[in-house]
Amino acid sequence: MLLNQFLLLAAALFCIGVYGVLARRNAVLVLMSVELILNAVNINFVAFGAFNRTVAGEVFGLFVIAVAAAEVGVGLAMVLLLYRNRKSIDLTEVDLMKG
Amino acid sequence: MLAEVAFTAPHVDFAALAPEIVLTAGAVLVILLDALALDKIKPFISIITGATLLGAMIPILWLANNGVDRSLFGGAFVVDNFALLLKAMFLLSGYVVVLLAMNYIAEGDYWESEFYAMMLSSLLGMVVMCSARDLLTIFVALELLSIPAYMLATWRKRDLKSNEAGIKYYLMGVFASAIMLYGMSLVFGASGSTLLTDVAKGLSGDNVRPTAVVGILFVVIGFAFKVSAFPFHAWAPDTYEGAPTPVTAFLAVASKAAGFVAIVQLIYVGFGTREDVYQPLLWVLAAGSMTAGNLMALRQKNIVRLMAYSGIAQAGYMLAPLVVAGNDKVGDKPLQAIVGYLVIYAAMNLGAFGVIMAVARKTRSAEISSFRGLFHYAPALTVAMTVFLMSLAGIPPLAGWYAKFQVLSALISAENASGVAMGILVGVNSVIALYYYGTIARSMWADDAPDGDLTPVRVPPALVSAIVITAAVTVVFGVLPQAIGHFTNGGLLAIGG
Repeated sequence: MLLNQFLLLAAALFCIGVYGVLARRNAVLVLMSVELILNAVNINFVAFGAFNRTVAGEVFGLFVIAVAAAEVGVGLAMVLLLYRNRKSIDLTEVDLMKG
Repeated sequence: MLAEVAFTAPHVDFAALAPEIVLTAGAVLVILLDALALDKIKPFISIITGATLLGAMIPILWLANNGVDRSLFGGAFVVDNFALLLKAMFLLSGYVVVLLAMNYIAEGDYWESEFYAMMLSSLLGMVVMCSARDLLTIFVALELLSIPAYMLATWRKRDLKSNEAGIKYYLMGVFASAIMLYGMSLVFGASGSTLLTDVAKGLSGDNVRPTAVVGILFVVIGFAFKVSAFPFHAWAPDTYEGAPTPVTAFLAVASKAAGFVAIVQLIYVGFGTREDVYQPLLWVLAAGSMTAGNLMALRQKNIVRLMAYSGIAQAGYMLAPLVVAGNDKVGDKPLQAIVGYLVIYAAMNLGAFGVIMAVARKTRSAEISSFRGLFHYAPALTVAMTVFLMSLAGIPPLAGWYAKFQVLSALISAENASGVAMGILVGVNSVIALYYYGTIARSMWADDAPDGDLTPVRVPPALVSAIVITAAVTVVFGVLPQAIGHFTNGGLLAIGG
């Protein structure tokens, strides 16, 4: 069965996601980069699940999708709050506290 | 392939789930009462929350007295003495946080009933985490405890600092859990199962697959964010400073302890056979956390930021025993040391936050200089704060001393270079920590109050009881260490798979 191809695709997505989280300044784009990592996770789980002939991988993938939706809901609410109070969602400007 | 799996309803042991059921019912009740009759019920919401937390203690005491280890859902959810002791710790720290929050939230024009509903949900996640012996259960418990905590940190909606605290905590937390999940997917691939006992079987053997190595490292790093270990600590001081103080106490104690519970279960049940993979990483995390945390705490002017850095250092002490976890000579000693440390740390840290909140009621400030001359107008608070600070520093006969002693004894009994080196680091760091804890204590006792303002601090009864409870625990566990030793001794505390 094809396994390596799926893992490579997931690894590439994971790296793009990590790069996005570290390099992006826009909060919404950071959230989208986190979603890329989570999709890499889902590909891994489904591929490994099919390879090992167990449904545990698919089930885990479903849980990841559901929890990620809840997480992004909270995240977007927070970004909205930030926008209301600051009129900007540039994360480099969020630096009131240091040290 | 999916059609091959026939569904049979699992047998559910509801007695084992009773603490979780009580907490869920309490959270739902708070939300419903809020929706139906907020005006009438508002003053009682915090009392209902406290009663729920104490109510969830009843099944725990019954289960502990019953003494049988219970395993549910094919071993994904295990109720043993380890789980019960930590569940009790989470519920009692939650109760103390409710006592701390009661007046703060009621007087501060916050959303009140949602606050308690969120806190109950977060505590539910922590209580589930104590029993989670499956990667999926650990993940769900982690998210259940984290997502409400992100919201709690942002609770002051119009305050820019609170916004910043929340968004930093959220982004770091989500990023960390994504990395942890990627690690879990690789561990699942290498071992073929999500159940920790099967993961252990799949990972054992002379050769370890590269995917398993990356997976284990990513999972441990994901939880290192949660316990704010160096170099993944950057969010902690900002989040602690910006969040409402009761939430800070909650994050610093309960949320951090939940991360430790997960790490301990993963290492003792799941990754135990692969100490060659996780030990170097844990060594760096532990040594870096205690050294960096203490050095950065030295130059803090804000007491909450100081507590954040001291918490990073304390996380280092708690990670230290895991460095020798796979060693045959040590057995379960690291496990006992960590659990004992978690319980004691919860008491002394919550107490310190209680005093900080009590003093801030008068001074309206979190600067360390606002503690000057505290003895001249609030002698009882000064004595309590001194007890907590000296316990955090590890001075006998207070509980923090016994916690550190357990850590050192576990490290030394490994009789190898990495254990002894880590023991020396713990010792050196305790001396550095004594300096900044001692500076605060000296300025409380010896200095004059700023502007000669000697009006006494009015402390509400809930806050007084929180400080009294935590001070009593801190002193009793220090004077009678066998009291905590009784709960954490070997036979009682072996983790069931």
